Amino acid sequence: MLAIDGTFLDFKQLDLLATQHTALHRLDPRAKVLTTACFVLCVVSFDRYTISAMLPYLLYPAVLIAASGLPFGYILRKILIVIPFALVIGIFNPVFDRQVIMHVGEFAIWGGWVSCASILIRATLTASVAIILVALTGFPVICAALEKLGMPKAFAVQLLFLYRYIFVLTDEGVRTIRACQLRSFGRRGLSLRQFGSLVGHLLLRTWDRAERIHMAMLARGFSGEFHTTGPQGRFGSKELIFMGGWSALFIVLRLYNAPQLLGGLFAGSLS
Amino acid sequence: MSHHKVEVRNLQHVYPDGTVALNDVSFRIHHGESVAIIGANGAGKSTLLLHLNGYLSATSGEVVIGDTLLARENLAEVRRTVGIVFQDPDDQLFMPTVFDDVAFGPLNMGLAATDVETRVIEALGMVEAVELRHKPPYHLSGGEKKRVAIATVLSMLPDILVLDEPTNGLDPHARRQVMALLQAFHHTRIITSHDLDMVLELCERTIVLQDGQVMADGPTLDIFKNEELLHACRLEKPFAMQACPVCSPGRRTVPGRKPLVPPHGDGYHDHEH
Amino acid sequence: MHMADALVSPAVGGAMWATSAALIGYCSAQGHKHLDERKVPLMGVLGAFVFTAQIINFTIPATGSSGHLGGGLLLAILLGPSAAFLTIASVLMVQALFFADGGLLALGCNIFNLGFFPAFFAYPLIYRKLIGRNPGQSSMVMATIVAAVVSLQLGSLGVVLQTVASGVSALPFKEFLLLMQSIHLAIGVVEGVATALVIAFIYRARPETLENVSRVKPTAKRPLRSLLATLLAAAALTGGVLSWFASDAPDGLEWSIARITESAGFPHAQDPEHKALETIQSKTALHSGVTMPEGKRGHPEETASPVEERIGKSLSGLIGGAITLAVCFLVGILCRKRAEPKGFGASH
Repeated sequence: MLAIDGTFLDFKQLDLLATQHTALHRLDPRAKVLTTACFVLCVVSFDRYTISAMLPYLLYPAVLIAASGLPFGYILRKILIVIPFALVIGIFNPVFDRQVIMHVGEFAIWGGWVSCASILIRATLTASVAIILVALTGFPVICAALEKLGMPKAFAVQLLFLYRYIFVLTDEGVRTIRACQLRSFGRRGLSLRQFGSLVGHLLLRTWDRAERIHMAMLARGFSGEFHTTGPQGRFGSKELIFMGGWSALFIVLRLYNAPQLLGGLFAGSLS
Repeated sequence: MSHHKVEVRNLQHVYPDGTVALNDVSFRIHHGESVAIIGANGAGKSTLLLHLNGYLSATSGEVVIGDTLLARENLAEVRRTVGIVFQDPDDQLFMPTVFDDVAFGPLNMGLAATDVETRVIEALGMVEAVELRHKPPYHLSGGEKKRVAIATVLSMLPDILVLDEPTNGLDPHARRQVMALLQAFHHTRIITSHDLDMVLELCERTIVLQDGQVMADGPTLDIFKNEELLHACRLEKPFAMQACPVCSPGRRTVPGRKPLVPPHGDGYHDHEH
Repeated sequence: MHMADALVSPAVGGAMWATSAALIGYCSAQGHKHLDERKVPLMGVLGAFVFTAQIINFTIPATGSSGHLGGGLLLAILLGPSAAFLTIASVLMVQALFFADGGLLALGCNIFNLGFFPAFFAYPLIYRKLIGRNPGQSSMVMATIVAAVVSLQLGSLGVVLQTVASGVSALPFKEFLLLMQSIHLAIGVVEGVATALVIAFIYRARPETLENVSRVKPTAKRPLRSLLATLLAAAALTGGVLSWFASDAPDGLEWSIARITESAGFPHAQDPEHKALETIQSKTALHSGVTMPEGKRGHPEETASPVEERIGKSLSGLIGGAITLAVCFLVGILCRKRAEPKGFGASH
């Protein structure tokens, strides 16, 4: 299987997850979007040496994954793909930040290692909530929520069009690449010339498609304005509880280092 | 007054690069007729269809829909009257869900939300796709996409249905489904296709285009019996009218060669294998 | 390259979010006024095209490594600045959500770095200036490569500034800048060549596609002026937000503040009083902006504190962390057990 196939299937799978009907899926998308925003802001507002205080935030993704029956392995795999990108920069921290800031037994630990670990945890947390948000909501619904929260309509329309045709065009791309690979006999990758022509052809076909879509829109009375009916979500008590509850927890966890307190309690009772 | 009539008079279309796509095309289609427009690739079928709802404007000649001469001022009305179902449903289904897509036309017509909803459900009901309404179009099968694409046009309550290659790329079952649907409609229907067997079943009348000109216009069966005409227009008889390859293997028409004249002029041979 | 949430501070992320949101607002309004409605589906499918093209790799000659198209400049050439910016932003948003590529907070940075520079700088000020009035194929290729290199240099400069200002990474500005700019010089050339190849192909196959766009180029002065105004407003907002948040980032100033408060005689003993004080400190930190690095709090290396105390502190941290993880895991399992019947049940 080709890499491009994988990307395409991966994308489709995440989209399919959003079509389930759990209580969390049914929640008004605005509640989920705002809660996610609160989560991300709280997590990234910790200073660079924070480790333990961020751990309780794992509770949010853990609960959402579990309560909605999302496939844990799949989400974990997606997170593992992203982490190296943050680590590329994070790995320099131990090189430049050699100040000893704590000791574990005999070992002195540099600030750089701590902050590098912190980056790892941040990456895990922020990546997981983004993926979970889509898996629980679905992209078009997120767009609708953002539009209600003030995103310009033109951009919302652009996002919806883009999203719709990603499925069509990646499929077309997969077919083109496959046809090319099957005739390249083990030579990996395209030469520059091949690339220019292959992508150029894809672009021309895309251009034609845009014209056909425009035709189909005009044929149905399109006059430059998008009208939508969309099922109007209600921001009810469930949403309020979800958003209020989690956000309050995030803020409390931001103010108090729960593991430190917990550990202190535990260590205290031991001695 | 009838909206269901289509008349094309001396239509000519020249593309900016000088290609003459349509040359002096004339025909008149009556209320409730089901007419096929056939012809080889590049014969001008698609260009002709795009004239029927005013997407292209004629270099010369005119198009009359119902009693209205097509002009810039009445484009909106004409586009409501003439519903075009394009060949690739992926071009026609661009909204997030099937419901939104079928509602696209009625909303553009300025209908109220409740009316839109009844229209959508009705249209989806006609193509037996009501249960698909919450699905995104990319999760539909080819046949489902086609039926929904037809519904997106039906929801505007058109009087005339124009379909470009409605059975293209469908599996036999889905093809049958779409054909049954089209058969049941009472609209005036104009269908272009290379699926001549479908044409034989659905259209009583056929117009043959070649190089932008009308080569023949008459009862479908007559046209399909005219071997010389078909050959000249790079077409061939529907399979249903060809000698059965299993019963008489030697007699099969070979593409590209002058076809052997089948023993019986009309090939509707009824037997079971 | 994409900025990641893990490397962004709320101040930088928020400010860039505001800037990019302002730009999106500006371009949307611009589109509403001047856009020919043909562009609506065109922008959508071209976005999907770039998304697809980014997955298609080619071999970079003589290196054995592979590259792919970024697409920002290509979109600007095909669509013009405003429409291209919206399209790039939409692609980045899909990537942020579906692949957690970059992340939600860093999205503002990424849209600015990868969208603003090609669409509003490299395309109008370099590409269009270089190709002149009657572009031939070779001048188009040259202009494309130069514009791509410039927009990527600026983009990576953006990444460096935002990363350093965020202060999560410990990379010093000078080293980081040197590293990023040189890497992106190479990436820029590759991007330029890839874009030029596609443009050259279109130029040969269907030149009118390119002419269409140059016709709708932004010639009027007004849009440029209002863009400038928008950016100024966004920058002012950025400044405001930054200064409001900035003190939350652990910079040199705070380090010294932290040291001063410690040497001023705060007791470091593990007594309950100190603990209470510590929590108050960290509580107020969010508001006052004085955050001391955790772990360092009460344990500056130069202060001699009993070894066992250090062990005690890190031990309690470790135990607490382990307990927290276990709790998260358990809660997850509990929720799963209870959710199972109605969770997947509905979809079967």
